[in-house]
Amino acid sequence: MHLRNGVTITGVGIRIEKVDLPGIGVRHDLVTEAGRRISVVSHRDGERDLGVFDIDDPDACRDSVALNDDEASALADVLSASVMLSRLTSLSDETAGLYTEQIALPTDSPFLNRTLGDTKARTRTHASIVAIVRDRQVIASPTPSEPLRAGDVIVAVGTREGLDGVSRLLANGPD
Amino acid sequence: MHETTLLLIEVGALLLGMSLLGRLALLIGLSPIPFYLLLGLAFGSGGIFPFDASIEFLQTGSEIGVILLLALLGLEYTASELFDSLKSARMPGVVDGLLNALPGAALALILGWGPVAAVALAGVTWVSSSGVIAKLLRDLGRLSNRETPAILGVLVIEDLAMAFYLPILSAIVIGVSLVQGAVAVAVAVAVVVVILYIALRHGHLVSRLFPADHAEPLLLGVLGLTMLVAGLAQEVSVSAAVGAFLVGIALSGRVAVNASQVLTPLRDLFAATFFVFFGLTTDSSQLMSMILPALLLAAVTIATKLATGAYAAARAGVGTLGRWRAGFSLAPRGEFSIVIAGLAVTAGVEPALASLATDYVLITIIAGTFLARVPDAAWFRTAVRRRQQRTRQAV
Repeated sequence: MHLRNGVTITGVGIRIEKVDLPGIGVRHDLVTEAGRRISVVSHRDGERDLGVFDIDDPDACRDSVALNDDEASALADVLSASVMLSRLTSLSDETAGLYTEQIALPTDSPFLNRTLGDTKARTRTHASIVAIVRDRQVIASPTPSEPLRAGDVIVAVGTREGLDGVSRLLANGPD
Repeated sequence: MHETTLLLIEVGALLLGMSLLGRLALLIGLSPIPFYLLLGLAFGSGGIFPFDASIEFLQTGSEIGVILLLALLGLEYTASELFDSLKSARMPGVVDGLLNALPGAALALILGWGPVAAVALAGVTWVSSSGVIAKLLRDLGRLSNRETPAILGVLVIEDLAMAFYLPILSAIVIGVSLVQGAVAVAVAVAVVVVILYIALRHGHLVSRLFPADHAEPLLLGVLGLTMLVAGLAQEVSVSAAVGAFLVGIALSGRVAVNASQVLTPLRDLFAATFFVFFGLTTDSSQLMSMILPALLLAAVTIATKLATGAYAAARAGVGTLGRWRAGFSLAPRGEFSIVIAGLAVTAGVEPALASLATDYVLITIIAGTFLARVPDAAWFRTAVRRRQQRTRQAV
């Protein structure tokens, strides 16, 4: 997305404003639905600051946080993961009887360090495992060979009974 | 002792002293520029321990310092940023020039220094310090603020205006006849316009002369071109500083980013040398006699900068607090004011101008650094809010 100074519309009604900061870099602003302003200042030398604007004084940045490359990309991942989850949730709202659930892998699960395929979750419960969230990263559409690790959060889509089945399966193993 | 030995000792001790002062400046959150000036004053003519052996070396160093200061400033801006600012910040730029140059010129005339000194002192009070202000904005976490582009716009216009002002000043201080002066100014302006045009239209060709990824040939090449153009510019009395600034603008893209990385340490060394040398050559015995005019000038021009900043921010649709912030941020004067005073005094204009400029820069940097923080203070915010409520009720 290349834009001159000014306002662009990305997605539905989202306003991103780009302002040049001569000698420093560029600033991108996002004004939220509630009227809050968040900005990212990208310095020419590659650094970046995330700024949150003051409620009382909408021209001033109340706090700004410098993020290094890894931190910025981790934050971007967390945000995109949460967007993906909320999209999945809204999908199930529209489809009667279909739900999405995030299930934390129990620490004593019999499937710990075994592959996803070993669970045979779809055959056994008729629910699908659509993503795994691990270390703040999303593994979307995991393959059956994907190993399950401690701390994983399993994202499953299915009927109420199917999802309950997945929870039981991951906790206790096959009946 | 051998001459060179003495030089090593003097320069070494000076650098060590500068380093200590630089750390002290960091500690109290001030720009190191005033400290370098004071250090120079302490060792200069009339100071506590005059330097002899290293004075020529420091003079050469200080000339390279001015060139690098301006070249790096040019590297920070791309040509398109300059032209965008010219479009968006033109009016604030004009207001800025009128409000802030006139008090300086008036004081020089009142002191009876003559019209040439008036032009020089006008420049001293006109230009805010981009270096000090950019650092201040960063330190106070205001880069994201909505008034910041307005502040930067004013700074860009001032820096660009210097590309025309310095050649004119150079021509005037030489003291030529009216016709010769007009010719010199015309030549200077023509050269600046030609180089600006090359920078804007064919900057990528200039950049292609240098290898972006090899630090050593890049350093030597950019430094070489900068000094060459600066020297040639000086030769046609355009002022070496402007030549260097234009080279900086002409370079763009990765060459500019990498060149500014490799040149920054050199700039830090030689620019510091420049400030110390300016202090060395300033007669410290006159500092005290100039302190009153400097205080008066600082008070007036901090107020006019406040008005400039507030106007620029208001044009950008920024609220009351942001206008105060923008106004106070613009108060510090720095490198350009010293460059201008140095240019004038070297050419034989009233020597007290150097003392006045030193006092003035010291006062505006110290006052500006504190004033910039005032709009963040709780009492100030409450006062502003109360006044807004009162005006609202009155309406």
